[in-house]
Amino acid sequence: MTTWLDFERPVLELEQKIQELRLQAAERGLDAGSELADLEQKAEALRREIYAGLTAYQRVQLARHPKRPYALDYIGACFTEFTELHGDRHFADDPAIVAGLALLEGQPVMVIGQQKGRDTRENLLRRFGMPNPEGYRKALRLMKLAERFDVPVVTLVDTPGAYPGLGAEERGQAEAIAVNLREMARLGVPIVTVVIGEGGSGGALAIAIADVVLMLENSIYSVISPEGCASILWRDGKKGPQAAEALKLTAADLERLGVVEALLPEPVGGAHRDPAAAAAAVKDALLRHLGALSGVLPAERVERRLQRYRRLGVYREGAA
Amino acid sequence: MSWLKRERTAIKPRAKPAPRSEVPEGLWTKCDGCGEALFQTVLEENLWTCPHCSHHFRVPARTYLGFLADPGSFAERFADLEAGDPLQFRDAKMKYPDRLRHAQRETGMKDAALTGVATVGGKPVSLTLMDFFFMGGSMGSVVGEKVARSIEVALAERRALIIVSATGGARMQEGILSLMQMAKTAALLARLQDERLPFLSILTDPSTAGVLASYASLGDVILAEPKALVGFAGARVIRQTIGEDLPEGFQRAEFVLEKGFVDRIVHRKQMRDEAARLLEFFWRSTRGFAPRGGVSPHTPNPELPAVDGRTGPDPTTTR
Repeated sequence: MTTWLDFERPVLELEQKIQELRLQAAERGLDAGSELADLEQKAEALRREIYAGLTAYQRVQLARHPKRPYALDYIGACFTEFTELHGDRHFADDPAIVAGLALLEGQPVMVIGQQKGRDTRENLLRRFGMPNPEGYRKALRLMKLAERFDVPVVTLVDTPGAYPGLGAEERGQAEAIAVNLREMARLGVPIVTVVIGEGGSGGALAIAIADVVLMLENSIYSVISPEGCASILWRDGKKGPQAAEALKLTAADLERLGVVEALLPEPVGGAHRDPAAAAAAVKDALLRHLGALSGVLPAERVERRLQRYRRLGVYREGAA
Repeated sequence: MSWLKRERTAIKPRAKPAPRSEVPEGLWTKCDGCGEALFQTVLEENLWTCPHCSHHFRVPARTYLGFLADPGSFAERFADLEAGDPLQFRDAKMKYPDRLRHAQRETGMKDAALTGVATVGGKPVSLTLMDFFFMGGSMGSVVGEKVARSIEVALAERRALIIVSATGGARMQEGILSLMQMAKTAALLARLQDERLPFLSILTDPSTAGVLASYASLGDVILAEPKALVGFAGARVIRQTIGEDLPEGFQRAEFVLEKGFVDRIVHRKQMRDEAARLLEFFWRSTRGFAPRGGVSPHTPNPELPAVDGRTGPDPTTTR
C-alpha cells in the first residue's frame, strides 16, 4: 500500500537523508553541523515551495491521506473521558459515525464525527466513513439528548459521502439527512463543526448545520466528489484534477465564498506530519468559539444560525 | 446529489412536451411506458399521462401548474431571479453562463423553478414548481432562494406550502453554494413547522439526491406520482458499491411507499383533488390557517369543495 503521495516524496527523501547523515555523524563522532544545517535549510525551502503552491487536487489528496488524523484521533487529543454512545434506537448502530459525551477542559460536550478506518478490516466495518441512515439518526438522537441537558455539540466532518447502498435507500437515507438539516437548524444548544478531512456533500452536511463551521487548511468540502463531477461534466472520471479546480472545494475557497467562518492552519506538510499540533489548533478553536457562543441566549443563537444559512447563495435580481 | 448526478445520462429529458399553447396540432408522441403512439390532444386531455398504461410524462413547471392550481388563481413572484456564476465555473465543454443561456432559450425559464401564490381547492397556497427541462431541474442558488422565499411567503401570508419536485439534485456548477441551499430551505421549514402551516411535498419523476435529502422529504404529507424515480443515490453507483443487481422497481414511488417514505401515490389527474382535500383537513383544524390562539387572515371561500373531493373541480374538464 502506498502511504505517501507523489508530491510528498521529495521532501521525505531529503528528510531521510538528513536523518541518515545525523546518525552517521553521531556514530563516527564527526561534526556534520554545517552540512546538516545546509540540508535542513534546503528541506525547509522545498517544503515551503511544495506546500505553498498546492493544487486543489493535491489538497483533495491530503484530505484523503491514509495517515491523516481521523475523528477518534482528534477526540482522543482534544477531549478527556470520551464515553461513546451507540445506536439509533430503531434499527442499528452505525460505526461510520462515532458519538458520545466527553469533557473539553472539564466542560461536558457531545462530540459526533464520521470515522474512517485505518485498515481494510476497520474500513469494512466503518464503510470508509460513509454513514447509513442509522448513523445520522444516532447523531440526531444524541444532539437532542445534549439539548435536554444543555450540553454543546461538536461535530467532526470526514466522509466521502452518505453510503450509497440498497439498505440505506430502503431505510430512508434522504429522509435521515433532511431531518437532520431541519432539526440541527433549531437545536437549542451551541453547535460547532470542524471539517477535518473530506466534506462529502449531503453526507457531510447532515452533521454540519452549526453556529460556526471551521475547516482545517487541507480539508475539502464539496457538493460532489471531483471524480463524480468529472465523470458527468468531462465524461471522464480521470479528469478529477480539473473538476477539483472548478468546484472551488478547498478550505481557502470556502472561506472566500463565506460558507465557513475560518480556516485552521495545519502543520507544514499536512495534519498527518504533526497530528498533535493539528489537534492543538482544533482544540484551541473549539474552546474559543464555544466560549463565545455560550454567552448568547438560545433563541438568539438559533435565529443567527438560521440567518447564517438564509443568506447563502449568489443570484441576480431585478435585471431586465 | 453527488451520486445520482452520475446517472444524468439515464434521466435526460426525452420526448419533451412543449408548453400547451406551443404544441402544434396533429403531432404523435410515442409513450415511454408502453410504446403506444399517442395523439397529442389525447395526451393533453389526460394531463400528459398515457390512457393505456398510465405512464406519466415529464412536463415543464408551467404545465404542471395548470394541473394543480385553481384556474386563473396563480400570481407569479420573484420571476426575475437569475443565477450568478460564483465559481466562474467552466467544464470541458462550456462556461456555466453559456449553459444557463442555452437552458433559458430552450425552456423560456430563467432557472429551474417557478414560484408564486395561488389557490388550490380555494385554499391559499405558496407554491414552487421545479422544472426538469432546465438543466435537469438542478438546484442552485436561484432554486434554493425561490423555495426559501416560498416558505417565507407562506409564513408571512399564512398560506399552505406546496413544492412540486422534478430534479436530479444539486447543481454542480455552483458547487458548495448549491449544497448550502439544502440547509437554507430545511432550516426555514423548521420555522414553518413551528408556525403550524401545512406543507405538501409532491414528488414527480425524478425527485432525487440533494433535493430529496432536503425539502422534498420534509413535507407534512408527501405525495408521489406513479412510478416516479425517488431516491438518494444513483442506481449505478449503488450497484457498483454493493456488487449486486437491484430489486425490480427499486427507487420507484411504489417501492418508496412500501418502505414508508411517501404517504400516497396519486395519479396526476387526481392530484389537485387530493391536494385540495388534504388542505381542507388542515384548513378546518386550524380555522383557516390561523396562528395558534389567533385569527385567520383569510376570508373563507364560500365555494369550498367538499371534504370527499368528489364535488371539487374535475381537472380534466376545467382545463
